[in-house]
This record gives sequence, C-alpha cells and structure tokens, in this order.
Amino acid sequence: MSDATFSGGQKASLLVADPHTRKRNAAESRFRGYGLAAIIVSMVMLVVLLFTILTGGLGAFRQTYLEIPVTLDAAQLDKSGTRDPEAIKKVLTLTYGKILQQALDKAIADKGIQVADLSDKDRAGLISKEASAQLRNRVLADPELIGQTVETRVLVNGRVDGYYKGRVSMESAARDGNTSPAQLQLADALKAQGMLATTWNWSFLTMPDSSDQRPESAGVGIAILGSLYMMLVVLVLSVPIGVAASIYLEEFAPKNRWTDIIEVNISNLAAVPSIVFGILGLAAFINFAGLPQSAPIVGGLVLTLMTLPTIIIATRAALKAVPPSIRDAALGVGASRMQSVFHHVLPLALPGILTGTIIGLAQALGETAPLLLIGMVAFVKNFPAAPPDGLFDPASALPVQVFNWTQRADPAFMERASGAIIVLLVFLLCMNLLAIFLRRKFERRW
Amino acid sequence: MPVSWTLLIVLALALAGYLATRARAVAQTGGDTRKLHSRPSYHGWNAALLTALPALFLIAIWRFVQPAANTTLVAVAGLALAALGLALALGRTGPAFRARNAVETMVKGLLILCSSIAILTTAGIVFSMLFETGNFFQQYPWQDFFFGTTWSPKFGGGSQLGILPLVWGTMYISLIALAVSVPIGLFAAIYMSEYASPRLRSIAKPAIEVLAGIPTIVYGLFALITVGPLLRDYFAQPLGLGASGSSVMTAGLVMGIMLIPFVSSLSDDIINAVPQSLRDGALGLGSTHSETIKKVVLPAALPGIVGAILLAASRAIGETMIVVMGAGASAQMSVNPFEAMTTITVKIVSQLTGDTDFAAPETLVAFALGLTLFVVTLILNIIALYVVRKYREQYE
Repeated sequence: MSDATFSGGQKASLLVADPHTRKRNAAESRFRGYGLAAIIVSMVMLVVLLFTILTGGLGAFRQTYLEIPVTLDAAQLDKSGTRDPEAIKKVLTLTYGKILQQALDKAIADKGIQVADLSDKDRAGLISKEASAQLRNRVLADPELIGQTVETRVLVNGRVDGYYKGRVSMESAARDGNTSPAQLQLADALKAQGMLATTWNWSFLTMPDSSDQRPESAGVGIAILGSLYMMLVVLVLSVPIGVAASIYLEEFAPKNRWTDIIEVNISNLAAVPSIVFGILGLAAFINFAGLPQSAPIVGGLVLTLMTLPTIIIATRAALKAVPPSIRDAALGVGASRMQSVFHHVLPLALPGILTGTIIGLAQALGETAPLLLIGMVAFVKNFPAAPPDGLFDPASALPVQVFNWTQRADPAFMERASGAIIVLLVFLLCMNLLAIFLRRKFERRW
Repeated sequence: MPVSWTLLIVLALALAGYLATRARAVAQTGGDTRKLHSRPSYHGWNAALLTALPALFLIAIWRFVQPAANTTLVAVAGLALAALGLALALGRTGPAFRARNAVETMVKGLLILCSSIAILTTAGIVFSMLFETGNFFQQYPWQDFFFGTTWSPKFGGGSQLGILPLVWGTMYISLIALAVSVPIGLFAAIYMSEYASPRLRSIAKPAIEVLAGIPTIVYGLFALITVGPLLRDYFAQPLGLGASGSSVMTAGLVMGIMLIPFVSSLSDDIINAVPQSLRDGALGLGSTHSETIKKVVLPAALPGIVGAILLAASRAIGETMIVVMGAGASAQMSVNPFEAMTTITVKIVSQLTGDTDFAAPETLVAFALGLTLFVVTLILNIIALYVVRKYREQYE
C-alpha cells in the first residue's frame, strides 16, 4: 500500500536512488550551496572593502621630500641684525619661498643637472607652497639659525609626490596644468643624486588640514585631537548616566506604564537614524543653548545621546547576568537594596559594562552624519587648546575629515582620505581588541 | 572661565561638607559610632549630595535655558544654594538622623533622573523638529511639500520643495539594498545555524559581524572610489544607461553589503530560537535537511525574520553617508538605476551645512524632512520591535 506512488510495480533497488529522491537530494545540495555562497560572498566583500581602502590609503603614510642645504641669508631675513623675534616675524612667507628657490637653483647648478624644456615655473613649482611656511616657523622657533646654512627637508609638490606613488605618470603630467614632464624629469634627476626621497610620513598624523592647493601637507592631527576630545566628553557623560539609568531600570523600577514607556523609548532611540540626532544637536545645543559651532563639546553631547541606548542595553544585560543569589545574600545579611546593588552587583557586572561601553564608544568614533550638521566640516587650521577650554574651540573629527577630503578636487586628497580611514580603523581595531580582551579576562559565568 | 571656577568651588564645598559632617556625627556620639542610626560616612554623603546637587542643577539649567545670563549672578546663586544645603545637612546631623535613608532616596532620585534622559532625548528630538517644521509650513504650503514632484531649492525665493523625488530615491535605494542584503543575510544565517561546523561558524560569524562594526563613512568611500567607477565603466556606459559614477545602484549595492550583518545576526538568533523538537519531528518524517528548513523552521521563524527585515529597512532609509557619497545629489524620479538620484538624508545634510539662514524655508525644510524621516523610521521600528518581541515570547 505504501508504495502506491511507485509506478509500474517495479520495486527500485535500495542502492539506486529513484528520480524523485535524486531530485530531492539535488535540491538539498543546491540549498546548502546557496548558504555557503552567501557566507563566501559576505566574507569576500569584507576582504575587498578592506583591501581597496588599505591599498588606496597606505600612500598617505609616505611622503616625498627634497633634502637640500638652505642658506638662511641674514640680509633678507633679519635686516636689523638684532635677531629680535618681533622683527623676524615681519618677514613674510614669500621671502622664505624665495630663499628655498635660491637653494634649489643652487643645488641644481652644483650637481650639474640638465633637464630639457625646464621652465622657471616648473622649477618653482617643484617645491610645495607649504614648505616656505614650514621654514618660516622653524626660523621663528630658533632665530639663531639665521645666517647659517642648514640641511632642510622640503616638501615637494603633490603631483611630484603622486608620481612616485604611481598616481601621476609622464602622460598625465603632459595634460596637467599643475605639473609637466620636465618637472618630473627634474625630480628624477634629483632623486638620482640622492636629494629626493619618499620616506615615512609622520606628519600625516600630526599636521592640521591644508587648503585645496596643498594636499601634500594635509594631515589628521586636528581630526585625531577633535575625535579624542569628543570621546572624552562621551565617556564622561554617557558612562555615569547610562549605568545609573540601567541600574534603575534593572534593579529598582517597578513594572508600570512609565518604565514601559522608558524601555520602548530606549530600544527605539537605538534605531533612530543618526542624522536625526544631528538635527537635535543643531536645534538644541547650537541654536537654542548657543554653544559654538564645530566645537567638540557639541559633537560630544550629540554622540553621548546616540551612545546612551547602546550602553544602557549592554549594562542591563550585564546586570541581568549577575545571579539573584548575590543580591539575596547581601539582603540577607542586612544590606539595603541600594547597598546590595552598589557594593555587590555592580562590581560583578563591571567587566560586561566596560565591554559594552567600549563598543559604544567605537560606534560613536566612526559616526559622521550628525557631525556634518553641527558644523564639524568647517576648515580648521589651528589646534584646539587643552581641555576644558579646548572643548569649545573649533576642531574636526576623523570621519568628518575623511568626508571633507573626498569633496576636494585634487585626487591626492582621495589618498589622504583613505589614509585617514586607516587611522580610524586602527583606532577601532584597538578598541574592539581591548573589549575582547576584557571579556576574555574578566568574564564570569555562573 | 567663571563657570568652571564656580563648579570647582561647589565641589570643594561638597568635599568640605562631607568631612565636616562626618566628623560632627562622630563627635556627637562621643566617638561611639554604634549610637548612630547610620554609619558616619552616610552623614558625610548626605551633606555632600545636599551641597552639590541642587547647586549644580541650578547652574546647569540656568545656563542652558538662558545662555546669555550674567555669569556672576548664576555663580552667586549657585554658591548660595550650595552653602544653604551644607548648613541644612550640618544642622540635621545627629544620632537619630536616618542619613542612609536620606542618601538612598537622593541616589534613587538621581537614578530615575538619568533613566528619564532617554525620554528627554525623544522629546527633544520631537519638539525641536516640530517647532521648526511648524515655522516651515507657515512659509510653505504643506500640500506642496508632501505632494510636490519637483525639488529645486533656490536661495532667493520661489523654490519648489516637493518631497516626492526624495522619497522615490530613498525607496529605490533601500529596495536595492534590501534585495542584496536579505537573500545573502538570510542564507548566511541559515547556513550558519543549520549546516556550518563549529569551526566555520567561529570564523564566519565574527567576520560578518566585522562588517557591522565598520563605520558608514568607510562604506561611503568604498562606494565613491571603487564601486561607483566600476559600475560606470563596466555596466552603465557599455549598456548606454548613463555616465555617472554616483548612482542608485552604487549606493544600493554598498548599502546592501552594510546591511548583511544586520539581517544575518538577527535572523541567526531567531532561527536558533526555533525549538529543536520541530526539526526533529520533520526529520523523523523523512524530510531532507533543506525541506525541514524550508517547510518547518522558516515558517516558524517568519514573524521574527520579518521583524529583522523591517529593522534593516529602517536602517536603509535613515542611512546617510553612503548615499551622500554614492548616490549623487540630483532630485529626480527615474527608473534607471544607473542614474544619480538623491534621498531625504542627503538633502537634510545639504540644506543644513554651509551658510544657513534659519528663517528661510530652504533651510527649514530640512527639519520637515527630518521629522518625516523620524516618523517613518519610528513606525518601522515599533512594528519590528513588537513583532520580534512577540515572536520571542512565542517559544519561551
């Protein structure tokens, strides 16, 4: 009876699968294949994503410099001869540019470098516009240098730098108004003499942003500092508030409508689009409370509000994981409820709270959209002061700096943007590793 | 800064209050602290909290509500309140005073206050946007906003601010993102919870979760420098569909990658929550593994999976950086996925950055857009959370 579905009355061998079974087995392996493919696709995406960012951004950590002796002519830089800082300050960057130019011309002549079709503009354009400002700062810091001949590391033009990183070629230079094949040949000749080299670029991590014309000197110094300040604000505000809120909700709150509303609210806030928090920050902190634009304090406050739900959810989970026997034992020896929580439950939940906090902070560090609305995209050239006053100075933030650079015309800024992403990812990696380490080391299971 | 000095003085007063009151409590019993109702440090804490809390609240609220207030006045008022609290606490200290209960009440009050910050945030979001949206609708008719099909802000007057092209762009991009992330995320979750060996699972699960930890600006850059040019050079231009690097497809694909972990980790939890007995029953009847999943596990998990997809959709609608960098800025309603379109979030950013005039409808429209976005995502989130919660209870 049960084999009524088999046609022809022929009993199939147990060892040979009938067509129906074969179909079912094929469907089985197909389904399995889809699953495996999905996992492989997502892992490949991860690898491709990280690979493109890394290959695009590593160039930002290397920079081409020209190493030439520069004669700091006292007649030009300090006419009074008194080495009075005020008098030296009156000498403009332009003069230093001329001095660098003379030094380069002298170096070219000394080494007997000949390049066909080399115009004056090409020679002048080899040196970055930022180099003269850097030289001026160096002299202002140490007026004794005037009159001496010092070995100076001079930034070269972003196009020449790009030439050694494969971004600019002889062909593209021929079409480019900002460089020329002759200029690149000059750079090659200088390189052959050992005066030009592409080396590790610390200043990418320490220098401020630079204007559109000088990608070679742009750095993430202010952005790192601004992000750090914001994280400081987030840490100081969100941890106490978040932990206090979780303690109340988990340990003391009666089950009523009010606490229900709070709970639904918190899970909702965790899913509200981040840009909405930016609008809140703009309306409440800048327009209403009158805090300054692009200040880390405003960014920190906005990110605090965003991070709070994450921290509250993590802290509540950590508190929930502490077994009730701990509370019962504390209450049993006469502790009040407050004492049982603060003396016993909270210390035991601390590792979980720390892990959740770090993950929340990592999220806040990478957040961009709300910061755009509170003016963090502004061009900032001066480092903010030390906290607490510095919290009110204009600053940038790492993710916003990335966005800022992607909006610039010069392709050299794309490399800088990818480089800044690498810095950001390194910070995130460190924070997540710390969280994993804390979890492994202190996690207790009851 | 006078404010930070005031704060420091208040804190110093609180510390002094702690020490003085604790010493006084001990002295009142002649050194025998057993006679006190509460331990001496509670008397100290009572003084410290009474000194610091009211003064700090006064200063904070005053500064926030009236930023232009005379700082000296605020400082004097704050310090006076602090001194008053200190005097009160010192006066009340005695063997019979229940300092611990007083401190615990105050701490509990603080805890309640902290937990209502969530409510305050939501209220702040709603009110700040409602207020400005109201201003906007006084200058611009709401019918034209909600049903207008042209978006062309002009900072000189005469702008057309219809939301429909933005809604179209948002929906189109979200749809592509979901079409990418839902199948991949769901299949990845099924494979990991039903087939994968513990070893593969221990590698694949964290790897997919790394995707969730990467900031959206990284995805944005990926869209801008890799995916956009790739699609343009190998699909759009050969097919004659467009020549723009930023397109709906670019943003949608990259956003889809971003959403994979959201779909997969939520679905993974939900599939794992389906009781083993259901699987055992199906397998016992002779179904293959995939038939068990398709006919038993997935239908049982369906409400939860729908919730996960709704959460992912709410993410997609509210996502900003990927669309700012990948989708372009031209507000148009087209069905060609290789054309640049724009979304609500992109326009919020572009109307609110740079020089803004908070009286002009071109700026205020951002608040109306924000409110629309907030309401839509709120509805999606509430439905999703309700569905997921209901589903979890079903098998508990």
